Amino acid sequence: MQVAVDGPWSPLLGRLSLAAIPYDNPILVSTFAVVALLGIVIIGAALYFGKLGYIWREWLTTVDHKKIGVMYIILGLVMLFRGFMDGAMMRTQQLLADGPNSPGYLGAQHGYLPPYHFDQIYTAHGTLMLFFAATPLVAGLGNLIVPLQIGARDMAFPYLNATSLWLTVSGAALCMISLFVGEFSNATWVGLMPFSEMPTNPGVGVDYWMWAFQLSSIGTTFNAINMIATIVKMRAPGMRWFRMPVYCWSSLTTNIIGLSIFPVVTVALTMLGIDRYFGTHFFTAGYGGNFMLYVNLFWIWGHPEVYFLMLPAFGLFSEIVPTFSNKALFGYPTMVAASFSIGGIGWVVWAHHFFTMGMGPELNGYFSAATMLVGIPTGVKAFNWLFTMYRGRITYATPMLWALIGLVLLLIGGLTGMMLSASVFDYTVHNSLFVVAHFHCMVLVIGAALFAGVTYWWPKVFGFKLDERNGQMYFWTFVLASLLVFVPLFYLGFAGVTRRLDYIYNPALKPLLWVSEGGIGMYFVSLFYFGKMLYVSLRDQIPAQADAWGTGRTLEWLTHTPVPFYNFAVTPQINARDELAWRKAKGVEGVQPTHYVPIHLPSNTAVPVIIGALATVFGFAMTWRIWWLSIASLLAIIIVVIIRSFDKNEGYVLSAEDIAKMENQVALASIIAEQPKRPALAQVEAH
Amino acid sequence: MATSNPTGAALALWNPGADEHDPISARTYGFWLYLIGDALLFCSLFASYAVLDNPVNAAGGPLTAQVINTPHGLWQTFIILASVLAYSLGTVSLKNGNAAGVQLGILAALLLGGAFLYISGTDLWALAAQGNGPTRSAFLSVFFTLLLTHGLHMLFGILWMLVMLVQVGVLGFTKDVVGRLLNLRLFWQFQATMWVCVYFYVYLLGGAR
Repeated sequence: MQVAVDGPWSPLLGRLSLAAIPYDNPILVSTFAVVALLGIVIIGAALYFGKLGYIWREWLTTVDHKKIGVMYIILGLVMLFRGFMDGAMMRTQQLLADGPNSPGYLGAQHGYLPPYHFDQIYTAHGTLMLFFAATPLVAGLGNLIVPLQIGARDMAFPYLNATSLWLTVSGAALCMISLFVGEFSNATWVGLMPFSEMPTNPGVGVDYWMWAFQLSSIGTTFNAINMIATIVKMRAPGMRWFRMPVYCWSSLTTNIIGLSIFPVVTVALTMLGIDRYFGTHFFTAGYGGNFMLYVNLFWIWGHPEVYFLMLPAFGLFSEIVPTFSNKALFGYPTMVAASFSIGGIGWVVWAHHFFTMGMGPELNGYFSAATMLVGIPTGVKAFNWLFTMYRGRITYATPMLWALIGLVLLLIGGLTGMMLSASVFDYTVHNSLFVVAHFHCMVLVIGAALFAGVTYWWPKVFGFKLDERNGQMYFWTFVLASLLVFVPLFYLGFAGVTRRLDYIYNPALKPLLWVSEGGIGMYFVSLFYFGKMLYVSLRDQIPAQADAWGTGRTLEWLTHTPVPFYNFAVTPQINARDELAWRKAKGVEGVQPTHYVPIHLPSNTAVPVIIGALATVFGFAMTWRIWWLSIASLLAIIIVVIIRSFDKNEGYVLSAEDIAKMENQVALASIIAEQPKRPALAQVEAH
Repeated sequence: MATSNPTGAALALWNPGADEHDPISARTYGFWLYLIGDALLFCSLFASYAVLDNPVNAAGGPLTAQVINTPHGLWQTFIILASVLAYSLGTVSLKNGNAAGVQLGILAALLLGGAFLYISGTDLWALAAQGNGPTRSAFLSVFFTLLLTHGLHMLFGILWMLVMLVQVGVLGFTKDVVGRLLNLRLFWQFQATMWVCVYFYVYLLGGAR
């Protein structure tokens, strides 16, 4: 139901009223019941086991890059599930609403979702999957692994790191709130213009979408700054640029992209916001507004964003393939060069998302050619992985399986991408399910890489491996499901089905829609194995070695498993590109430091989580036009930051004896263990 | 530390204490990165300005030449550069460890910044009062947004300066305070540079058309 923001307004609650709660929609009410039940169970369990204080002290207020990484990944997985449910609802609607004689349920003429609700679902699906599933998973793995791989104690700015996390969480929280209070945007995840403007879209949905997007973008920009500074400034002694693992290189590239593109979308969304809140005319249909300006700004961000997510995936493959081939990565310098080329080209191809804008053959020709160029560095990478495997001693562990299917999907997605890059071809299939199938193959490459990465580094973080048997069942069912869902979409696209249809006109397409729906069913089976994998692994907790897979090559496998919260008791001196492989070759991988020196670490702080909570309140208040609350929460954020700047806490020092004790008993230092309170140092004047 | 491998050759495997790094250097570097992002924000605004600075997007309303006050813009440029100069003189005092000098420099920079905002504010207010406010046309929307974005940066800088005035007095030159003073200098120079771009692009080039 649409809540018109130009309707009645009260000073206390803005546009918010009881009518905004969709209690008459059975789908939303049952979703709410499930979410509320889960929330009660989680909080109840925390209370029952007396863990609330532990969660607050050790997790919510933490500045440890590993815990922040884990929380990013949890957020990403939860949102991945919600995004998947949206996808499942869309496929089911299309299956049911096929042909003029198809029945209608729950107030819909065809299928079970009225068009307005269906529109919100595909908008939520895109928004959640990109910003709140893929981005947090990528950021989380980066947070976890990059400091370990470069031998750093933490990120360059631990406090900023926590702030990034909580801003991302606040965006996700707004998306969740929109389910049960009001509505979500119905204007697609890209924000159709001028449809998203006030005259055509007076609901709060667009505002929810805009603020969620905006808050998480700010978080991602901060994270990009932090990552670049960490990689540039915090490398262990001896780690020269060309000794850095390829994953760190791809993180560096990706965050350079992130830093340079997110400000652009911030501007585009701010302009939309000013239009909606103050009545200006950037993208409106009259008064000289130019909605193609929005489309260009959006995709100047949007295309590099694809590589922002894709390059870390490539980096993950570059770590996993050598480990499970027991062989050094083939063509390291070309891998680095290819990452930078992909990043660079990614900047200048944005208009291929709208060849049909009518920019003329010259520009279409340019953007076609530039897009095709991306295939060259990507091909270099694909061949490098193949040559790494060539004559390697390959182990088909779960991470390797994910990496291999990632290569297959990259081939399918890449070749269809090459087809789409030809603007003449694009005119035929523009906005069709063919495009949907293409980019889902690409995002599944990212998905495969992320599952590979999570499985690969899980033992490093938690000290035990994920169950291999169920992991492989999860893998095979997931792959089968993906093929069943998306291969029919290629054909449906050719058959003329455009994207975002709540009703499909041609009953002859039913068999293909059934195949696709079967894939959705298969995804549920894979979800079962995912749960079973987690359950069995957590139940058994078979301890893993420091070098959990036995053939690790990079620095992170040198420290203990599970990794201590201080990473390395003594900072390693780097002698070679694959430090651990080098130490193994010299027979010194087991040599431990003989004495320890005190370590200086930052203290935990509640400020980031408070900022995140206030940002959620701010976004909510702005959405509902509760002006006093928006101003109050914004002022509160500024005041909290100022108060924090007067804090003299200089972190704390871990004594050499403490380190020696924890080095002998690694479980004491694991990130799950609760740490005793250690007195903070106070800052003194330098002069 | 050197240790020996089974063959007896000395190898450096561990480097105790190597994780201590210079926090001011890291923070300044991080702040430079932030400024890159901020510069791209202005880039996008300038690009939008270039697109919308067009009779079609003025919707019958005024274009740049009719809405700017070039002499005011020139004075504003001098004021903003004087403000940057004042802050920089304050950082000379920072080198000498002179808190009063730093505070004086900040105070002067702050007042000059306030004067700049006053001129900008009254000009924009007068323009809006003529009926040429940001809701008049897409061109005026981007004109106001560009100028106000710069103004917002100044406002933020002024708030930051107020905080630093207090911190220099209360905390003294701790590592954090020195790091913040240096970053604020970068920020203040950055926003002045953005103004110079606005002055060239909007006031000089736009006014000449």
